[in-house]
Amino acid sequence: MNPPVATTFFFYLLAAIMLIGGVFVITRKNAVHSALALIATLLAQAGIYLMLYAPFVAGVQIILYAGGIMVLFLFVIMLISIERSLKERMLNRQWVVGGLAALALGALFISVYVKGKNLFPTPKVPVFETNNTQTVGNLLYGQYMFPFEIASLLLLVAIIGAVVMAKKRI
Amino acid sequence: MGALLQYIQSYLSSDKTPGAAGNFFWATVYILLVFLGLSVAVIAMNWLERKILAHMQVRLGPMRVGPHGLLQPIADAIKLLLKEDIMPAEADGLVFWTAPLIVVLAAFTVFVVVPFGPAHAITDMNIGILFMLGVSSLSVLGIVMAGWASNSHYPLMGALRSSAQMVSYEVAMGLAVVSVIIMTSLNDQGTGTLSMIGIVQSQMAQGEWFVFKFFPLGLIGFAIFAIAMVAETNRAPFDLPEAESELTAGFHTEYSGFRWSLFFLAEYSAMIAVSSIAVTLWLGGWLRPFPNWLHGATWDLIFSLVPGITFLLLGAITFFNVVRMPKHPLFKIQTIGLAGFGAVLGLIGLLLFLPPVRDRVGDIFWFSAKVAGFMYLYIWYRGTFPRYRFDQLMKVGWKVLLPTGLGLLILTAGVGMRTEIWKAIQGATQR
Repeated sequence: MNPPVATTFFFYLLAAIMLIGGVFVITRKNAVHSALALIATLLAQAGIYLMLYAPFVAGVQIILYAGGIMVLFLFVIMLISIERSLKERMLNRQWVVGGLAALALGALFISVYVKGKNLFPTPKVPVFETNNTQTVGNLLYGQYMFPFEIASLLLLVAIIGAVVMAKKRI
Repeated sequence: MGALLQYIQSYLSSDKTPGAAGNFFWATVYILLVFLGLSVAVIAMNWLERKILAHMQVRLGPMRVGPHGLLQPIADAIKLLLKEDIMPAEADGLVFWTAPLIVVLAAFTVFVVVPFGPAHAITDMNIGILFMLGVSSLSVLGIVMAGWASNSHYPLMGALRSSAQMVSYEVAMGLAVVSVIIMTSLNDQGTGTLSMIGIVQSQMAQGEWFVFKFFPLGLIGFAIFAIAMVAETNRAPFDLPEAESELTAGFHTEYSGFRWSLFFLAEYSAMIAVSSIAVTLWLGGWLRPFPNWLHGATWDLIFSLVPGITFLLLGAITFFNVVRMPKHPLFKIQTIGLAGFGAVLGLIGLLLFLPPVRDRVGDIFWFSAKVAGFMYLYIWYRGTFPRYRFDQLMKVGWKVLLPTGLGLLILTAGVGMRTEIWKAIQGATQR
């Protein structure tokens, strides 16, 4: 039998990459560096999905987010003048509101950490790895058919909106 | 020591990939073998491309370094390694430095799941094809980073072009792949597979390569993929990111020496990677040609002799050229060298005739032969097609390949479900 990959070490490693990447996203002045840090975060997140025995979600995460959406992000950022954004002030001095939000979030985290086990339903045995793709497909086209179609309709509206806004004459 | 030996030997009797057997030793061996094989293939491709292109254009190509320029790739590699590594003054150091690494890593990592045979793969993932598409789509990040970090106009234009091009063609590519995955689900359980080995095994079970499945649907999917994969690897006629006449060298204009050679290595191994996807998905992977028409022990024997015969033929061609070498004393060393090369090829051919070797390398040979066919196509494209204009490229991607792919997907699903649909129609009319 293979040794399990989903060890605590890997969880902490991936979580650390995600946290550091997330901090870099908001602290870098250069937008391209922020985007690259975001890519690292998203890839580490794909690793977390793998640890949760959801390989399909991990693969889709890499293809869609890291390979597709972030490339378009970079595409747009590269067209913006970096020099101007480097000179701009990063923090907007709203210490009171920011502090309150941070306090509220911190309180939430601490309460979850303290009450932890009682807040969540008891963990289930993970779905067997080899059936993951089939399970996702069955759920999407069975139980969650309606939300799935609504989401695709929303995307269609967004596409049409983009075409209408970009083209003066259709 | 004994336990270690037993650990190493225990894998030999299993018929699983080292990844599935969980054997670290053999997994490492396989990784090294694949890496070595890829490097040799890239070197061979470098020489073959220059020679074949030259012959297509009625030139001789490299002739000076070694007989028929056989040592030219090695000379090139030494030149690249000795070159000064230049970084533009205003470049973004870290991004400039990591970009080629990302491209190379993405290009080599995909080979983890490439199935050279039923047990000849580093590992088999149940999301194999998704993994390959996902990781190879990361290479565009490296290209964009390289173009941006160079802080120069040509690379930036090349990077913009490449990101637009690769994102567009990935969509058509994905649709063609999905149509194959639908085909894999045509069995008793009704469940398909994303694993690379599973896809080839389902072609074996259905007794048909997917390129011939539901003729001409499989062929159309294959054609879409074959076009999209050329665009995906930035090769002619879709090599707009590095169009020499417009952008000097595109996204790697500012790279020199070793870093440039990393881009070169990544480009060729990415070509081999997408060709392996095409071979696995449509051309039956490691399966030999015509397993159901020409079956039986005799045909198995004949096909198992093909690898050896191929290498013997290559050796014979080499010796034919040894005879044709100029008889001038200055060419003596070159003639001896070429004869030695031919002898090595012939010896490999003889080695491949031995029954234990023959049984083990047959699948690897057929897989590599099919991939080599694609590699030749790449060179042929480059030698014959003029480069597309950027708007033409986008038009082909979005207005031809994407609608065809969508229609193909619907048709494949419909034909695959034809009995169920027919039953449903009958049930509705009887009621």
